Amino acid sequence: MTSVSKIINVDQIREDFPILKRKFYGKQLIYFDNAATSQKPKQVIEAIKRYYEEQNANIHRGIYALSEEATQLYENSKRKVAKFINAQRWEEIIYTRNTTESINLIAYTWGRKNLKKGDNIVLTVMEHHSNLVPWQLLSQEKKIKLRFINIDDEGLLRLDQAEKLIDENTKLVSVTHVSNVLGTINPVKEIGKIAHKKGALFLVDGAQSTPHMPVDVRNIDADFFAFSGHKMLGPMGIGVLYGKREILEKMSPFLGGGDMIKQCSLAGCSWNDLPWKFEAGTSNVEGAIGLSAAIDYLNSLGMESIREHEEQLTKYALEQMSDIKDIKIYGPKDTKLRGGVISFNLGNIHPHDLASFLDAEGIAIRAGHHCAEPLMIRLGVTATARASFYIYNKKDEIDVFIKVLNKIREVLKV
Amino acid sequence: MSDELYAQMEIILDYYRNPKNVGIIENPDIHAEDTNIPCGDHIEIFVKLKDNKVIDAKFRGQGCIISQASASMLLEKIIGMNLDDVKKLTKKDILNMLGINLSPTRMKCALLSLKVLNEGIAKYEGKEFNIEEYLKEKVEEE
Repeated sequence: MTSVSKIINVDQIREDFPILKRKFYGKQLIYFDNAATSQKPKQVIEAIKRYYEEQNANIHRGIYALSEEATQLYENSKRKVAKFINAQRWEEIIYTRNTTESINLIAYTWGRKNLKKGDNIVLTVMEHHSNLVPWQLLSQEKKIKLRFINIDDEGLLRLDQAEKLIDENTKLVSVTHVSNVLGTINPVKEIGKIAHKKGALFLVDGAQSTPHMPVDVRNIDADFFAFSGHKMLGPMGIGVLYGKREILEKMSPFLGGGDMIKQCSLAGCSWNDLPWKFEAGTSNVEGAIGLSAAIDYLNSLGMESIREHEEQLTKYALEQMSDIKDIKIYGPKDTKLRGGVISFNLGNIHPHDLASFLDAEGIAIRAGHHCAEPLMIRLGVTATARASFYIYNKKDEIDVFIKVLNKIREVLKV
Repeated sequence: MSDELYAQMEIILDYYRNPKNVGIIENPDIHAEDTNIPCGDHIEIFVKLKDNKVIDAKFRGQGCIISQASASMLLEKIIGMNLDDVKKLTKKDILNMLGINLSPTRMKCALLSLKVLNEGIAKYEGKEFNIEEYLKEKVEEE
């Protein structure tokens, strides 16, 4: 990794995102809902357009140049993803629809085959429903126990609890890399060590980390790592599951169908090699090509620089927001420990009202439980408002946001 | 621009800050409650009738401005009305009362009290509350 990171030129970046020119109610769009999905640069949009105008064919088995070209593009995309997260081999990259499907894939294949009554899975209270519900479904089926690492009052994981909860009967530890509510960056490497010490596998939900900071799956020593393309400038409908080859090879297939078999007769089939064993049916080639272009874009800026830019923005936003009377901000104060996600409440104003007032000024934030209801219960709230940043956001936008929050407070007299 | 919105919302905000008809009624004739699951908005409505006329109505609840203000406005409107006229109220009446445009998501907040009221009326009349019929008759765009 380089120690010197380039400075991000936000004005130049914004030129690449046509949607940022949109206005709502006569106001310039300020897009602060990046933890839900990112906007797309024209480089990604054009790559998809080019694919359909010049390169479209079904991949594999096509004995003609066009199909070979599409196949090459699809496989190159996997090589690019592998390098982006520092996987050892591109065969360890499985394409899914999104993070949710990646996690479900593990639950359905590895989980169903390897878990038995008396085993347990360790999660945390800050998981998105995507890293909770698949395991709840599995626990009903396999009579296994789920255990949850709690957070402290600042929103940091209680590592002391991890040491206790992860035991000899733990078969899997599954933790989010960055919380989609608190922004907390979890010490996944340390948690992985504890998991491996007890012989458990380690899964990391990287949906909120991969778009925003350098990710090295081998350094983390994750057995599985899941993330979504659409949160990192790519199109919707393409997600990634990384898995260590030796583990993936032992796993049963996920969906059955074309392309995932080596040979097939009426009596039965043998499974294809990695990663195709897990990719039945026609692939999302458009998605793979879009994701590939998204990674090129991110690499051109540098993930270190992106992280630095977001950290500065978050720091600025936290400082400005702290001055607002009656505001309650959730998550760690130290921006070294948090990503560009800020959840908050303002007095007793319902977060949906906050979102509506902000919307009237062209500011898009999210309000609700953020698919993390257990965390809402832990925080003692029904919902929060959430602003989340990305490469194209700037301080000026935060200034407008702060101004509007103060105005709302004044008008509602909380 | 936003000042216009705030001006438009002034009436709603007034109901939100100083809600009218808040409380409970002992032995109500009509009583029902419901929650908008995604928002957590909750409304409980009590109505007292005399000669098929609303003589008192109260609500209690929690949630967003739109849900609470629309409940307060709706009850204020129905006090003194014949039950048969109350039953004729639709989404249009609620929107007229609020006087602002709402996105589809916020519409659910605005209509929570109307739904609770109709559920209570159905119960009072000994009928099963048919949500599909209710939506078809009173909520879906004409």
